[in-house]
Amino acid sequence: MSEINSEDYKGYRGVALNTLQKFNSPVWSDVEIITDDGNYKGLILPRSETADEFHIVLKLPIGYNIGIAAEKIKEVNIFGRREAKYKIPEKDFPFDPKKPKVKLLGTGGTIASRLDYRTGAVIPAFSPGELYGSVPELADICNLETEKLYGVFSENMGPEQWIGLAEAIGKEIEKGVQGIVIGHGTDTMHHTAAVLSFMVQDSPIPIVMVGSQRSSDRPSSDAALNLIHSVTTAAKSDIAEVMVCMFGPTSDLYGLLHRGTRVRKMHSSYRSTFRTIGDIPIATVSREKITPLRDDYKRRRNDNNVKVNAVFDDRVAIVYYYPNMKPDMIDSLIDNGYKGIIIAGTGLGHVNKPVYPALKRAKEKGVAVYMTVQTLWGYVQMYVYDTGRDMMELGVIPAANMLPEVAYVKLGWAFGQTNDLQKVKEIMLTPIAGEITEREPSDGYLIYQGGLPEVEEFIKQFRK
Amino acid sequence: MYDFIFKPFNEMTEADYKTIGFKSGLEIHQQLLTEKKLFCRCPAGKYSREYDAEILRHMRPTLSEMGVYDGTALMEFKTKKNIIYHIKRETVCTYEMDDTPPFLINEEALDIAIGIGLLYNCNIVDEVHIARKQYLDGSIPTGFQRTAIYALDGWIPFKDRKIKIVQMSIEEDSCREVSDIGHERVYLTDRLGMPLIETVTEPAMRTPQEVAEVAWQCSKLVRSTHKVRRGMGAAREDVNVSVEGGTRVEIKGVPQITMIPILTYNEAMRQWNLLRLREELKARGITKETFKANDFDVTNLLKKVNYAPLKNAVDSGMRVCAVVLKGFKDLLHWQTQTDTYFSKEISDRVRVIACLTNIPNIIHSDSKSDTITSSDWQKVKKFTNANDDDTMVIVWGNDEDVKTAVNEIIIRAKEATIGIPSETRQALSDGTNGFERILPGADRMYPDTDLPPKKITQERLDKIKTWLPEQFWRRVEWYNKLGIPKDVIEELSVSKDAELFKKAVSNWKVNPTTAAVFLIQYPKRLKKTGYVIEWLDEKILEDVLKSFADGKIPGDALFTTFKTAAELGAFTEEVILNNASNEEIEQAIKSAKSDYEKMKIINPDKKNKLLMGMIMEKLRGKVPAKVIADKIGFTKGVK
Repeated sequence: MSEINSEDYKGYRGVALNTLQKFNSPVWSDVEIITDDGNYKGLILPRSETADEFHIVLKLPIGYNIGIAAEKIKEVNIFGRREAKYKIPEKDFPFDPKKPKVKLLGTGGTIASRLDYRTGAVIPAFSPGELYGSVPELADICNLETEKLYGVFSENMGPEQWIGLAEAIGKEIEKGVQGIVIGHGTDTMHHTAAVLSFMVQDSPIPIVMVGSQRSSDRPSSDAALNLIHSVTTAAKSDIAEVMVCMFGPTSDLYGLLHRGTRVRKMHSSYRSTFRTIGDIPIATVSREKITPLRDDYKRRRNDNNVKVNAVFDDRVAIVYYYPNMKPDMIDSLIDNGYKGIIIAGTGLGHVNKPVYPALKRAKEKGVAVYMTVQTLWGYVQMYVYDTGRDMMELGVIPAANMLPEVAYVKLGWAFGQTNDLQKVKEIMLTPIAGEITEREPSDGYLIYQGGLPEVEEFIKQFRK
Repeated sequence: MYDFIFKPFNEMTEADYKTIGFKSGLEIHQQLLTEKKLFCRCPAGKYSREYDAEILRHMRPTLSEMGVYDGTALMEFKTKKNIIYHIKRETVCTYEMDDTPPFLINEEALDIAIGIGLLYNCNIVDEVHIARKQYLDGSIPTGFQRTAIYALDGWIPFKDRKIKIVQMSIEEDSCREVSDIGHERVYLTDRLGMPLIETVTEPAMRTPQEVAEVAWQCSKLVRSTHKVRRGMGAAREDVNVSVEGGTRVEIKGVPQITMIPILTYNEAMRQWNLLRLREELKARGITKETFKANDFDVTNLLKKVNYAPLKNAVDSGMRVCAVVLKGFKDLLHWQTQTDTYFSKEISDRVRVIACLTNIPNIIHSDSKSDTITSSDWQKVKKFTNANDDDTMVIVWGNDEDVKTAVNEIIIRAKEATIGIPSETRQALSDGTNGFERILPGADRMYPDTDLPPKKITQERLDKIKTWLPEQFWRRVEWYNKLGIPKDVIEELSVSKDAELFKKAVSNWKVNPTTAAVFLIQYPKRLKKTGYVIEWLDEKILEDVLKSFADGKIPGDALFTTFKTAAELGAFTEEVILNNASNEEIEQAIKSAKSDYEKMKIINPDKKNKLLMGMIMEKLRGKVPAKVIADKIGFTKGVK
C-alpha cells in the first residue's frame, strides 16, 4: 500500500486514491463526476481512514453525502474548490471584575468537539472564545480562563497526565483562582477523580471534573448543561473537594456532585451514567443553585495552601477474578515485576483455591495483594468464610469498601511514595478522601428494580 | 405583471396557473412495513397514547459539516422550549431516548427502500452514508434525524411525460406532537425511529390537481410492493410550491392526497398575494431600505381597557406593547389565502417564535372585528405618534416573550417588502396553511459519526429484484392491450395477484377478462356476502383459477365454486358442485342430527359447527355450504 503523504487526498488509498489522482481532483474539489450509471455534482470530501479503498465520498448540493464506486468513474469535471472551515464562532469571553475567576483545564474528551476526517469521529475543540461562542451562559457565572493540558481521549489518560494535571491544579491554586474545572473524557473520569483526590489534598477550592455523554456536536448534547453546572460549582459552591459533576437524571434538569473516590461510570451510554457507590452524592447542582445532600464535606477556604503529592508507580494492576481462573494470571504479574495487585473478588472478596499457590508466591516475592469486591457495593469481609481466612494467611489484605479502580490508583500512588510494604499498607488502609468509609448508609445502595408497580409509579412521577 | 387576481378554486384554469408561473413538486414520506424500527430493535407500528415516564430535554444549535449554523436551528433556539417526551417501555428503548448509540441499520428496511428505488428507475448509490439532519423543534430527541440518500435520478410516467425523481432517502420517523403551549412542547415517542422513505420529485407539476395526480401515481408504485404501511399517517406528503418571482415554500405533513389541490391552491394564492403586497408597498414608497417601525410599552396606557384578552393580560401583570408599522394602513387586512389575511402571517410568527400561543395573540388597527374601542385606539395613536397612514399592532405577554414578539412583528412586516419568506408551512384542515418554521437548508447536515458507510453490492440488488413486482404502468399498458374491463385495471396493476393474473393469462390461457374479474371482483362480491376477506387464503384463488383453466369448472359455476372453497378454507376438486337433490340433503341432515344425539358432547355451543362438519362430509362438492348452513342455522364464517 502506498503511503499517503499529502492532505490533498486525505483518507484515500488504493483504487479510490488512484482515481482521484488520475483526474487530478483532490478533496474539497467542487466537481461533476461522470459514471456509467449517471452523473453526480458535489464536493469531494476526505474519507475516513477506516473506510474501504473502493469509494469516493461526495457531498451533494443538498448536504447529503454518498459514496461512488471509484471503478465506475469515467471522468471528473472540476469547477473549483470549497474547503469546510469547521470552526465554532469565537467571541471574546467577557470580563466582569465582580465575578469569580474559574480555570478550565482541558484534557480532551467530547465536552467540546468537532469533526475529525481522519477517523470520521469527533475530536476535541477548546478555547474560552469557542466555549463562549457555544455556551454563552458561562459568562453569567464567572470569568473563565482555559488551558489545554492534553488532547487525549479518556482511555489514553495515564500516570503522566495524572501527575501533570495534579501539578497544574497546584499551580492554579497558588495563583488564587476561585475554582477549577477539568474537562475529561467520561470513560476513565472516575480513575482520574480518584487519583487527584490522593495527589491533591486539602484544596481550599472546588475541583470539578466534567465531561459529556453526548458529544457537543449534537443538539441534544449534555455538554453545555454539564459545563454550566460544573462552572457554577467551581465558582460558587463551598465544597472544596475533588468532585465529578455529571447529569443526575437523563433529563436536562440537574447535575450531581459526586465525591471523587466514591464515583463510578455505571452505564456505557446513558447521560446519568455516574453514580456514587456505597454512599450518597455530596450535592445537586442546577443552573440556579447548589443544594447539599450532606454536611460532612470539606469547606472552601480563603488561603492558597494545598498539598500536592504527584507521584505514581505504574507497576500495579487490577485482576478481575472469574470462576476457573488459573494461577498463571497472578504468576505472570509476579514474573513481570509488578509490585502490587488489586483483586476484584467475588462476593465478600473471594478467589478459588487453585489460585492460592500463586498468592503464596506473591507474598514470598514481596508483591502486595489487596482484595476488593466486584459487586462494587459493600465491604470486603474475609472472616465470614474459611476461604477468606485462608487468603489472609496468604498475605491478601482486605481493602474495606474501596472501589477496585480507586484501590488500583491508590496503590500506584502509594508505591510512588515508598516500597516499604508496611508503609504502603498504612497508606492504603488510612482513609484520605472518603475512599474507605466507616459505615455504609442504608440508602448507599439503591438500584430500583424496573417493572415493580411501586417503582413504575415513582418513575412516572419524576422526570427520568 | 401582478394584475392577475386569484379566482375561486374551481374557476382556476391551467392557463391561469401558467400566468402566475406555478411550479410544484412533492416530497413523499412513506413508512415501510417492517417488524422493527430502523436503528434499534424496538417494534414498529405499535401506537399508544399511554406512557410510563417523561424525559425533559433542550436543544442547542450545532455546526454543520461545512462549519456553519442553520437558520432554522437558530430560530428554534430563540423559542427556548422545554421539550417533554412521553415514553413507554414497550415501544421505546434507550436508543430513542438518545441514551444509547444507534444499532446497525435494519437490513429489511433498506431492502424495501432499495426495491422501491429500483421501481422508480433510480440509480442506487454504491455506498450509503448516514447523515444527521438537524431538527431543533424536538421532534427527535437526538436533535437530528438519521437519514441517508440511497437512490438518485429516477422517474415515474405521468400523462405524456416523465416526472423526474430527484432523490430518495431512508430515514427514521419522528415523534408525534401531543401539544405545544407556551414554552412547553410535548411529544409521543411510539412512532419515533420507524423506517421511512422520502421520495423527492422535481417541481414539474403545472396545476394543484396535477400534484395530487402524481401523488396517486407514487402511492400506487409503493403499494404495488405490499411492503409499505397503510392507513392514517403511514404516508405523508410535503408539497413544495412556488410562483414566478417567489421562493420555494414547503407545505408540511399533508395527511391525505385529496387535500393536496386545495392546499396547493391556497399556497399559490398566498404567494401571489404576497408578491402583490410587495408591489403595493413599493407603490407606497416602502422598500427594505425605507421600511420603518417603532415599538412602545403601552401597559399603563391600556390599564383600563375592556377587551377581554387584553384585560386578562393586564390584570395578570403582563406587558403590553404596540408596534407602529409606518405606511402600512389597511395592509394587515390584505388577503393572503381564502378568508385569511396578512395579519395571520404576523400572528403565526408571534405564536411560533415568541411562544404566545393563546389566540388572539395580537390585535391591530386594520381589523374589521371588535377589539379595543376606537377611543382606545386613538389613545394609542396619540401616544405612539402614529398617523393616518400607519397600522398599529398590539401584543401582550411576559417581558421576555413580548420582546421576542415585537421583534418578530417587525421582522415579518419588513419581509413583506422583500416578498415571500422561505418557510415550512403547516397544512390546516380548512385548506389554508400556517407558519411552522423557516425553511431549513443544506447547512443542517452533518455526517453520522456513529455508523460506518454501507456498501450496496450487486448481489444485494439482484436478490431484491427477485421479489420486486413489475412496474405497475407496464402492467396497465398490457392490460389495456388485453382489453380487460377498465374498472379493474388500476386495482389489478398494484394487486398482490397481478403475478397470478399474468400466469393465468400467459401460461394457462385463461380469458383475460375472466381472470381479471375473478381476481378483483369476486373477492369483493364474496366480502359483500359477509365473508371476512382478510381470511382468504391466496392459494384458493390460484387453485380455483387453475382448475377453471383446466376446464374442470364451468364458467357459470366459477363464483359459487370459489365461494364454497373460500368458506371451507381450502379447495379440493370435490368442491366443484354436483348438485345434490333436496331429499339427499334432508336425509344427510337428518342422519347427522341423529348421530349427534348419540354422541357425548363436551361443548354444546359448538353443536352447529359439529353438525356442519358432519353434513358436509357427505355432501361436499354437491351443495353450497351456505345452503346447509342456512338450514341448520350455522353462521360463523358463512354469514
